[in-house]
Amino acid sequence: MSTETDLLDFARGPALEAALIILVFGIFWRLVGVLALRRPRDLSEPRVRHAWLGGVRTIFTRMWPRREFRPRILHWEMVSYVFHIGLAVVILGLVPHILLIRDITGLSWPGLPTGVITFAAGVALISLLALLAHRATHPVLRRISNFDDYFSWLLVFTPLLTGLMAYYHLGGRYEDLLAMHMLSAELLLAWLPFSKLAHTVLFLFSRGVTGTIYSRRGAQI
Amino acid sequence: MDETILDAFRQNGLSRRAFLKFCAATASLLALPPAAAAAMAEKLASTPRPTVIYLSYQECTGCLESMTRSFSPTIEHLMFNSISLAFNDTLQAAAGEAAEAARKEAMRKAWGKYILIVDGAVPMGAGGAYCVAAGQSAVDDLRHAAQGAAAIIAVGTCAAFGGVPYAAPNPTGAVPVSEVIRDRPIINVSGCPPIPEVMTGVVVYYLSFGMPALDRQGRPLTFYGNTIHDRCYRRPFYDEGRFAHTFDDEGARNGWCLYELGCKGPVTYNACATLKWNQGTSFPIQSGHGCLGCSEPDFWDKGGFYRPLPAATGHWPRGEVLGGAALGGTVVGVGAAALARSRQQAAAAKSAKEVSSPSPKEDSHEH
Repeated sequence: MSTETDLLDFARGPALEAALIILVFGIFWRLVGVLALRRPRDLSEPRVRHAWLGGVRTIFTRMWPRREFRPRILHWEMVSYVFHIGLAVVILGLVPHILLIRDITGLSWPGLPTGVITFAAGVALISLLALLAHRATHPVLRRISNFDDYFSWLLVFTPLLTGLMAYYHLGGRYEDLLAMHMLSAELLLAWLPFSKLAHTVLFLFSRGVTGTIYSRRGAQI
Repeated sequence: MDETILDAFRQNGLSRRAFLKFCAATASLLALPPAAAAAMAEKLASTPRPTVIYLSYQECTGCLESMTRSFSPTIEHLMFNSISLAFNDTLQAAAGEAAEAARKEAMRKAWGKYILIVDGAVPMGAGGAYCVAAGQSAVDDLRHAAQGAAAIIAVGTCAAFGGVPYAAPNPTGAVPVSEVIRDRPIINVSGCPPIPEVMTGVVVYYLSFGMPALDRQGRPLTFYGNTIHDRCYRRPFYDEGRFAHTFDDEGARNGWCLYELGCKGPVTYNACATLKWNQGTSFPIQSGHGCLGCSEPDFWDKGGFYRPLPAATGHWPRGEVLGGAALGGTVVGVGAAALARSRQQAAAAKSAKEVSSPSPKEDSHEH
């Protein structure tokens, strides 16, 4: 009977279900679609016995910039790391998030105190703002950015912001802010497979496949 | 001249000092500033005892049971000193036609001025036939009684939001008072049941100061301005990340937060954590059980009392639905890859054909 609580019920019910269905459907579509593509046959003699090991190594070596690029990009790489770690702490450390994951997957682990989560969320928000400013002002990055970059940024920023606002009751009643938080996070889940945010899953495969191909030819990247 | 509330105090052998104490205690209960006690005393001393009609429809009498246990102000205090309870079919001695006649007379005398307390939801199904007393359906009875009311206090979640009768599938077509009456001020005092002191406190507030400030659910902000969670003595455990995982584990024995066990305190607005129950003795969370959210609309249909707040509502089969989505995504992915492969093949065949037999145009261009 109340539209306010109806919104939260909608976020916890049909919207969550739809977002999860789209997320799972989209991830499998993208992943299978990419993995099942035709690849050119490599007729050369393999230079190493287990090329796939090179693929695994590449997944890790690509986590840090190569020496020659470090002076130019290392500080922004660090900001990006701060953001990703902060986001991971918020997503995987907050007890309500763990309870939601447990409800869907059955997996569970201990949570962190909310003070730690708040700090991580604040750090993630600030680093996201810094990354946006960098994207908007860097002459090259600005030119190669498109709608996907900015919309994906917004969809990551909004759940972080509304989550903090809900916890501290800033700008509205808790249930409204919680509903906004959940709905924005659900929009993020639905958008993820079809955007650059798909790197959440695809980065492992793209690095692994690239690393395997080059390793087979005797090159280390 | 009508008998005032102070007159009623004096007739019962109570002094003016006792009257002022009553006002101070009530103002304190309502979290009003000290000056409000004096204003309340002044107002009540000159206010005629208002007629109160208490009507019960689809309810379990739990709200009235709760109300009779109010300790400050007590129900006796209210009935003998502050109000003239003209009709309540559970408390009054009269029954049948005598009771109905007394009610009609009281309503006639105080028409336009009485306070109408409604307890229970109103069934609209089958022409209102699910709840009929003295040959009149609840909905017709309410519509008539509301016409002569100065204000309506919807007591309990059933009257305020529909409550248990309103829960799915709502076989009687039950609705809250606010869906039947739209032209009278309504104060919702929700809860299943409401806290006794909240019910009596709201009556005294209305008598002293008129309509209280209400939240968007029509509840007095004095009592429904904060969530249970924000005033809960276990809140520090939530912040520290200490939770009871079952009702008999170490966390439960240590009195840690009950959030994981389905406590709805974070989205429930009520005064349980501050006023408590049974003369301030305890409240559900203090007794080791999570808040059910009984003062909120549709609390019965919120996905389960023991499901944590962040858990998905609805009983859709997670494995089947998400497995189906994965299968569907795989099929579409394979289809997309097959399409890409066939295009690759077509492009490769076209390219090979062009290499083996270059067209005259391209040939001339190259030369």
